[in-house]
Amino acid sequence: MDRFLFEYVLRLADSGLILSQRLAQWCGHGPALEEDLALTNVSLDLLGQARMWYALAGAVEGAGRDEDALAFLRDAAQFRNYLLVEQDNGHYGDTMVRQFFFDTWHYLLLERLGGSGQKDIAAIAEKSLKEVAYHARRSGDIVVRLGDGTDESHAKMQAAVDAIWRYTGELFVDDEVTADMASRRWAPMHDELRPAWLDHVARVLAQATLAAPDSIQADHPAHRGGIVGRHTEALGYLLAEMQYLQRAYPGASW
Amino acid sequence: MVAAANLQDTPAVASVWQWLAQVSDPEIPVLSIVDLGLVRAVGYEDQTCVVTITPTYSGCPAMLVIESDIRRALRGHGVGRLRVDTRLSPAWTTDWLTPAGRDALRRYGIAPPEGNAAGLCGLARRAPAAAVSCPRCGARDTEAVSQFGSTPCKALHRCRACGEPFDYFKPH
Repeated sequence: MDRFLFEYVLRLADSGLILSQRLAQWCGHGPALEEDLALTNVSLDLLGQARMWYALAGAVEGAGRDEDALAFLRDAAQFRNYLLVEQDNGHYGDTMVRQFFFDTWHYLLLERLGGSGQKDIAAIAEKSLKEVAYHARRSGDIVVRLGDGTDESHAKMQAAVDAIWRYTGELFVDDEVTADMASRRWAPMHDELRPAWLDHVARVLAQATLAAPDSIQADHPAHRGGIVGRHTEALGYLLAEMQYLQRAYPGASW
Repeated sequence: MVAAANLQDTPAVASVWQWLAQVSDPEIPVLSIVDLGLVRAVGYEDQTCVVTITPTYSGCPAMLVIESDIRRALRGHGVGRLRVDTRLSPAWTTDWLTPAGRDALRRYGIAPPEGNAAGLCGLARRAPAAAVSCPRCGARDTEAVSQFGSTPCKALHRCRACGEPFDYFKPH
């Protein structure tokens, strides 16, 4: 098995699935019907993308695990998602700040992966990029609207930015997996994405009258580890809910 | 009919295209999957008919239904051996909607996508605020209400002239 390729694709699959599940938790709870629809539609896009990545991961692994086995029959320590996406939803502003940070990174990464020398990665990235461009523009708009809103919404958004910022550093961490992928020109070094991410985020935050924390505050080692299976407490609860049916009734189908 | 169908288990490619043009999108029944640009190729490998389709949005649940509708339709026309392949690249775009498909959408009350989707895909780039025409009264004086509608491919708009809300098929 191509272990590094498998690990890399799993990171993309797991990050999409876990964020999709988080957004789906808003279903029926959105602050307005339009927002409820938007969050669940973004969730659906991410789920569809995750399914494509899981199908590829399963094929690379060659051990007979399909997308369902990978999504529903692994424990927290086997998940490779970024810590950012597993964080609790908090209030609507927290969710949208997390989304904006992720969408911006996701867009920049997919843009590079669209030119991957690995044709399956390139095809999935090309397909996903158009959807993610729409997500990124939307979450950026909401951050501006709420940041540059009332005193209360501004204060809540600044607190959200300050709290969630610490999980953004992991998005740019390189290790033997990314280094191997980059050496084959199948993926970029993630550190290369950081200047454009900081640039775009700073511009939107400024427009939202929000202060961007120092990027060094995102680099504490305590706030990384998701991509090698060291997760925060939040993931276990999420998986318990998401995997319940398949664990309680193995092999269940509609 | 049944006897005639049995005679031709490898019908002409042009016939297969015509039959596919009668398979409709399960969410938007006035739109055929050919008008939607979902069918990318039809051909034969040995004696097996191969239909290549591409998904609209990654998570669109209609794709599974569409695939089984294709199988049912072609089997009904006597296609013996059939394979349905999915192709991701080049990614589906609303630029592939046929003029007939756009007209069908408008008549159904859904505004077809305005302008070209190519070039829309940027982090900060915006779709030009080009007015979306109301599919009911034709007025250009409309506004966006919600960026997402009842399905991933649509947004919700409202006509300021006639007051009707309507779905807009987003350029993608």
